[in-house]
Amino acid sequence: MSKTGRRARVDSIGIVFILLGTLLLLFLFVPPLKTIFASSPGTLWNTLLEQEVYSSILLTVSAALVATIIGLVLGVPLAYLLARHRFPGKRLLEAVIDVPIVIPHSAAGVALLFVFGSNFLGGKLFGSIGVEFFRTFAGVTVAMMFVSVSFLIDSAKEGFNAVDVRLEKVARTLGASPWRSFFQISLPLAWRSMFSGSVLMWARGLSEFGAVLIIAYSAAFLGWNTKVLPILVADRFDFGLDYTRPVAALAILISLIAFVLFRWVGGRGETT
Amino acid sequence: MIGVRKLRVSLGEFLLGDVNLDIESGEYMIVLGPTGAGKTVLLEAIAGLYPVLGGEIWIDGREVSALSPEKRGIGIVYQDQALFPHLSVEQNIGFGLKVRKCPRQEARARVSAMAGLVGISGLLGRRPATLSGGEKQKVALARALVTEPRVLLLDEPLSALDPETRERMQGELRELHRRVKVTIIHVTHDFEEALALGHRVALLNQGEVVQVGTPAEILRRPSSEFAARFALSRNVFNGRAGDGQDGYAIVDIGGAKLMAVTDERGEVRMSLRPEDILISRERFQSTARNCFPGVVSEIADRGSVVYVTASVPPDFTCLITRQAFEELDLKKGVRVWITFKASAIHVF
Repeated sequence: MSKTGRRARVDSIGIVFILLGTLLLLFLFVPPLKTIFASSPGTLWNTLLEQEVYSSILLTVSAALVATIIGLVLGVPLAYLLARHRFPGKRLLEAVIDVPIVIPHSAAGVALLFVFGSNFLGGKLFGSIGVEFFRTFAGVTVAMMFVSVSFLIDSAKEGFNAVDVRLEKVARTLGASPWRSFFQISLPLAWRSMFSGSVLMWARGLSEFGAVLIIAYSAAFLGWNTKVLPILVADRFDFGLDYTRPVAALAILISLIAFVLFRWVGGRGETT
Repeated sequence: MIGVRKLRVSLGEFLLGDVNLDIESGEYMIVLGPTGAGKTVLLEAIAGLYPVLGGEIWIDGREVSALSPEKRGIGIVYQDQALFPHLSVEQNIGFGLKVRKCPRQEARARVSAMAGLVGISGLLGRRPATLSGGEKQKVALARALVTEPRVLLLDEPLSALDPETRERMQGELRELHRRVKVTIIHVTHDFEEALALGHRVALLNQGEVVQVGTPAEILRRPSSEFAARFALSRNVFNGRAGDGQDGYAIVDIGGAKLMAVTDERGEVRMSLRPEDILISRERFQSTARNCFPGVVSEIADRGSVVYVTASVPPDFTCLITRQAFEELDLKKGVRVWITFKASAIHVF
């Protein structure tokens, strides 16, 4: 076969792939963009000034952020252990960590109530220090954390896997304690993966509906009784598409802006 | 002085078993062995980076096997250098000093002096990713030496370098050792590297130290077939030794009967180095006791030297210079004579 013939065949494959890819990209981009541009900036601004909306945004963003911070504190050590050690049952444990991704999230909400409900052990333990979960900010946070922390753990584990264990060994021979070796060598080198996992976790928490609906359909937050954005969007849909569209547009915009911003921050200073 | 007593380490498939090793202060000790022999694990066990099953490790009169790596006073350099990629060269070298809370000015002075010693003063502001293999190796050496360790462990430090850089680095390592006088344990699978650098060599095979001696001893008097073959002694034979004339032994190796200097009698194993065999087109007139006719059966060209195998039988492999090879006009099938002294045969 001539070179020209080979090139022509590669080109045809390329064209087919581009067409298929474009179809998928249109499927991904058109609905959110159409939702955003269907409402005028004035309508979006007026919607944003509604107390029900801005309190919802604040609740959603901050609960997802708190869930992510707790996820970092508890998840990063676990990710490090999984990356650095082999032990019986490790594969099972890794599978268990990913279970929240596959179970229906409304069922996850019910399961959480069976632990954090005021009549159950977790609920009683936390209740003794004044933390309640049913229809509270803490409830929203644990629901978001449950469904999203797997993303952070998996990403951080990949990050630690990519750090050559001999760097830690060298640090130890140079006089560093295991703590110092972790904080000065492993953590800075796995930081980008952890950050990217945190962004994913935060974004996933932001969009959580099912689990939050069960444990905290509405929550007391900064003196308001408000709902997370996905529930507010669903609630308003009962009153028609026009009523819910600006809130949906705001939810998409906030997620997009935050996601792009975090990705940009995470990509800065990338070494070649 | 470093003392390793009955050290036992699990290597998964086999055991690094009952390793005993004594290394004098300031000595350059080579741990030599094939891939998978347990060399790196032995090194990491000494450094406290690999769990041991039993035994003792003594460093300067102190038993350290219960101490954590940071308390053993050991520096380590790995094959791929393991430089901290997020730190500059200066920060890499100064890492150990910073950890030990060395005052900043003193640390800078020591880093600068060490960089000067290994010849990388101009690289202090660079990141590891921008350095060549040889430069990275020097940074790793400087980083390990700046804390003045009692022992420096080198894990195949030259293996990842190109041949020219490797040879230059061998010279620089020798010079550095002469100036710093630190005890070095250097792991390698390269026998020529062991010859070039080591005061003594510990030969490791499948988790066992099979021979310890000077490079010349390993070269001339291997203690086993493994040691002989690893030292590139290509002629290893089984034979039966009996009494010969003038106090020599006659060793029947199944075809040729060799005269050897040995008190061993009965079934023996023996080695003969390729460079100890002379090869000629005519019978060589010399006092050497062993002289046999043969036919060239194989030629392995190594550039400046050539391995020529002559079938007597059995096969004897000789090492000659390219010049000699060309002058003799050797080809497969050519009839030749091989000659070697009785004392060149080493029976073990």
